[in-house]
Amino acid sequence: MTGSKRVFKILTTILFVVLLIGSALLSHLKEFHLDGGNAEANEQDALAKYGFYLEPVDNKSIGIDFRHLCPMLDPKLDNIAPQIASMGAAVSIVDFDNDGWNDIYFTNSRTGSLNALYRNLHNGKFENVAPQMGLADVNKKGTGVSMGAVWGDYDNDGYEDLFLYKWGKPELFHNIGGKNFVNVTEGSGLPKWVNANCAIWLDFDNDGKLDLFLGGYYNENIDLSNLNTTKIMPESFRYANNGGRNYLLKNLGNGKFKDVTAEYGLTSTKWTLAAGAADFNGDGYPELYVANDYNVDEFYINQGGKKFVERGKVVGIGNIPKSGMSVAFGDINNNGTLGIYTTNITEPGILIQGNNYWQPKNTGTGEPSFINLAQLSGIENAGWSYGAQFGDLNNDGYTDIYAANGFISAKKGTSYWYDYSKVTGGNSKIIGDAANWPAMDGKSQSGYQQNKIWLNNSNALFEDVTGKVNPYITFDSRAVAMADLWNRGVLDIVVANQNNVPLIYKNHLQNGNHWVDFDLHGTISNASAVGAKVELDWDGKKQMQIVSGGIGFSAQNQHRVHFGMGKATTTDRVIIHWPSGQVYTMEKPQIDQLHVITENKTKN
Amino acid sequence: MELVTNPELQANKFPVVKKTDYFTYVPPAFITLILLIGQITFGILDNYINVVVSIGTSLIAEMLLASLILGTRKNLASAYITGISVGILIRSNMIWPYVVTALISILSKYVLTYKGKHLWNPSNLGVSWMLLMAPLSVAGLGIQWGNNLWAMCVIWCLGLGIVYRAKKFRVTVTYVICFIILAYVRSLLTTDPFLSELSPLTGPMYQLFIFFMITDPGVSVSGKKAQILVVILVALVEFALRLESVIYAPFYALCLVVPVCRFIDLKRNTSKKVVTGF
Repeated sequence: MTGSKRVFKILTTILFVVLLIGSALLSHLKEFHLDGGNAEANEQDALAKYGFYLEPVDNKSIGIDFRHLCPMLDPKLDNIAPQIASMGAAVSIVDFDNDGWNDIYFTNSRTGSLNALYRNLHNGKFENVAPQMGLADVNKKGTGVSMGAVWGDYDNDGYEDLFLYKWGKPELFHNIGGKNFVNVTEGSGLPKWVNANCAIWLDFDNDGKLDLFLGGYYNENIDLSNLNTTKIMPESFRYANNGGRNYLLKNLGNGKFKDVTAEYGLTSTKWTLAAGAADFNGDGYPELYVANDYNVDEFYINQGGKKFVERGKVVGIGNIPKSGMSVAFGDINNNGTLGIYTTNITEPGILIQGNNYWQPKNTGTGEPSFINLAQLSGIENAGWSYGAQFGDLNNDGYTDIYAANGFISAKKGTSYWYDYSKVTGGNSKIIGDAANWPAMDGKSQSGYQQNKIWLNNSNALFEDVTGKVNPYITFDSRAVAMADLWNRGVLDIVVANQNNVPLIYKNHLQNGNHWVDFDLHGTISNASAVGAKVELDWDGKKQMQIVSGGIGFSAQNQHRVHFGMGKATTTDRVIIHWPSGQVYTMEKPQIDQLHVITENKTKN
Repeated sequence: MELVTNPELQANKFPVVKKTDYFTYVPPAFITLILLIGQITFGILDNYINVVVSIGTSLIAEMLLASLILGTRKNLASAYITGISVGILIRSNMIWPYVVTALISILSKYVLTYKGKHLWNPSNLGVSWMLLMAPLSVAGLGIQWGNNLWAMCVIWCLGLGIVYRAKKFRVTVTYVICFIILAYVRSLLTTDPFLSELSPLTGPMYQLFIFFMITDPGVSVSGKKAQILVVILVALVEFALRLESVIYAPFYALCLVVPVCRFIDLKRNTSKKVVTGF
């Protein structure tokens, strides 16, 4: 070997060693703590540094004694029962009696278990009124078990009604003046049985009546508590199309719903876990984002309320199959446009899907297109994520994120991931049959993960403050909802945990930041104002929020929209885009208060 | 292959490899076919950039290193296979792991050598290192890319045909037989369903593993019996790692067994030549 060649060989060797060491170091520099790290927040430190602290309340001290129980399954699924029975803990916020205070509804998932509706007593405490309201004993044998609930005023009588979706028979409860509820499912046109983990209210044709989207997970022809076959699993980990069908149910206005799924082009049978509806192309009609497990997410563009066309690949969100679990809309950089945050799975060395934040590349009219900014914004890797919600936790004027994590926390120090990877790496005939799956035998899988809290420090740059603004807690968390539970002008957080008690964070905010809330009621539009877009302009900033009829994973936030404003003491204006097409502008709405706004009854 | 002097390239002062065996290009074509089938039918690539980057990195690194260290031009088929394997086998949300894995793979051929021969299958080493040492940035292709049974059958038939033509049929078949037998043994030991133990063999990761990595002529030992013995050892080490729930057991097994066998083989053959010389 000549001298120069020897030099090159030495240089190559050095480079090789640098690459070996550097790759390992670089990877660990980017370390993300799925267990939330070892930080144990000190309230005073958190208040000094971040201006707020999330205190987990003692549930019983505020009158909340709910505990979620998972579904009981057919014994044929015993080998992987923890995996199958891993959903059902849901939470939705409602002011069901129109007293101006947020109430909480939790679903339970074991046959015979009771759901709970906690009425806000205005004194910091809650009272479970589900039994007297007729909303508790809804998991009766033969009707399936609850997976979630969404509130919406389907008959425009001014009171929010309840749609309950199950692995079973979906049910509709009519709110009678906030005094009690009547089950109006019979004759309503709802499907007989759906294994659903997702439903949202939306008014897809802007006719002023709330319609329903119901997402199927397992095939609707099976009852998971009574199976004839074990061939119920996804046919692929990335390309499964053998899930339950979805339903688009048009509200006919007489207490009846019509299945228009096929007519509107929503015939996909992917494994749907979440959905969200918002107008992304400026035509006034809501598009539909559908998050699917085991496949790509879907983006349905609303064709003037007449039809939906799936354009996921074209708009950029439907190219990489992940494990879509949750959909949330938020304007993370205060430019007046909504982006879409979806959660997936991140397990180091095994499955690094990462969560997505789909930022619209174009604004205004025309077909939208999106770019994923999750990595750049620092909100990509959370864990085995389920529900996530946007909300300004420190009222600084930038929306933050709370993401639920944790799949199965069983025996500590064990992992089912190896067993899982054996089957999911194989052919569809193997993965599709639960009998082929190795027994879980009490193993954990992505368990004992702390939920993520990402603070938006300004213009879409997030800081992971998990464990810095809250104490160390792990659950197998599912649904997340944000609401001002004590009418203090701050967002508190309610988390429904699988097989466990809910986690309720009381937000102690002591930074003097200002806020303003808006509670909208439609007249020409649907009474719940679902789909209304609210744009607040202040201090050179502009933030968009939307009134949703269910968002996140098996969850619904408070009905009012909440804007933090930082130190600004005045607003410029709020512009409300009603689903009816009306646009209402209020100049300089007063800060630090809730504005209840009712739509003009005549179109302007 | 035959070393000749090409007058056209003499100006560059590189000895040139004349391609007398067009079979050299069959494996690259085959792996490209696998990629295309997977991409067209299921879109297996999260995006094209990753695979383009890893192929480009491999080719450039191979050209530069062959030129600077060996003073030669190398046929790039091997580097192409390395690049495309890296692009398919690792999964990352970032670009840098594809560059680094491809570089580690190609550089290993020039650094980790014994008597001028490299010891590891390049992509096996690169992928194994990253999976082991950079798990926060990299995951492996452990998932199924579809439910299309016929596509899998086509790939298996073509793959077996090609390894037969490359005179590596015995290696692949021995490994597959060993895997099936040991899967059955594992199912007895763990009480897990036999099909769950067999399942990985039906996935895309193993198609690349059995048709490209374990048959790599660059790291083969001499002698048919020795090659069979090596592949049995790989299967046995993989078996042991699987009992310890190691997800990427085949990569690690190959990474552990092959260089040792290759080293022994090179040492033994060199010794024999020395003896003969006497």
